[in-house]
Amino acid sequence: MPESSERGSLTEAVFYILLALYEPLHGYGIMQKAGEWSRGRVILGAGTLYGAINTLLDKNWIQAYKSDDDSRKKEYVITDLGKRQVEDELLRLEERLQNGRMVTGGGAL
Amino acid sequence: MKKIVKKAYWNPEKEQTWINQMAAKGLALSDYSWWRYVFEETKPGEFIYRIDLLEQDTRHPESEVFLKFLEDSGVTVVATYLKWVYLRKKASDGPFEVYSDIESKIRLYRRILQFWSSLLAMVTVAVLVNFVVFIAELIATGTPDMWVNFACGILCTLIGILMYITLVQPVKKQIKKTQKEASVFE
Repeated sequence: MPESSERGSLTEAVFYILLALYEPLHGYGIMQKAGEWSRGRVILGAGTLYGAINTLLDKNWIQAYKSDDDSRKKEYVITDLGKRQVEDELLRLEERLQNGRMVTGGGAL
Repeated sequence: MKKIVKKAYWNPEKEQTWINQMAAKGLALSDYSWWRYVFEETKPGEFIYRIDLLEQDTRHPESEVFLKFLEDSGVTVVATYLKWVYLRKKASDGPFEVYSDIESKIRLYRRILQFWSSLLAMVTVAVLVNFVVFIAELIATGTPDMWVNFACGILCTLIGILMYITLVQPVKKQIKKTQKEASVFE
């Protein structure tokens, strides 16, 4: 059942988790990626990440990734449904950014 | 060198602050059980500690999966008891919070509230039992013989009120405050 794209924005944590999982990664890798991309601003708590991963698995936005090497850490990867959420989010963000820039005139106080 | 400190904390937030103050001084918590804290000497400020309350007992399979996940992300489980866990991470790894979003923080406070509420419920049962025994005895014999029960009833009532004011009330306030925050920030 396709979910409506009219629902609210993704949380920052979910957005970065989905983005990080365009390549298969384990939990710690996701935390590192999110930190790297945001230059240390987004620090995902391990408990928050754990909860979010389980929710995203339930929603089928990500899935467990079976790797060849039997590394003991579980890896995950984004699904097509998950990719669609990211793309919808990018549109919402684009809109926010445009409206924000239009009103503030680029942000010079 | 090990240092053992016997101390009873009710408030996990204050307990966490104290453990972190000890760690900042170079005494890192390495074990805990029943009001007995074991510290080991380390470099001052080597570790950051967090206390978490799980949904299930720490030996529950679900908790084991969660704790394994924490360990995989560089967190060390220092000690566990009941549903409480003492976690630490090297300070050199950067800031350490188990829950970085407001929703999960509210859920943690709710679990703490539930924990205190169930303790409070037990105290309430103790109050009722003592008063019922006292009154039943009073009716049966006409002479209140069971002053012990009366005293226990009063004592438990006081403990209950104290628990409500010092434990339940602050967590309720905390939840309200955080929920307000959640309507502005995520």
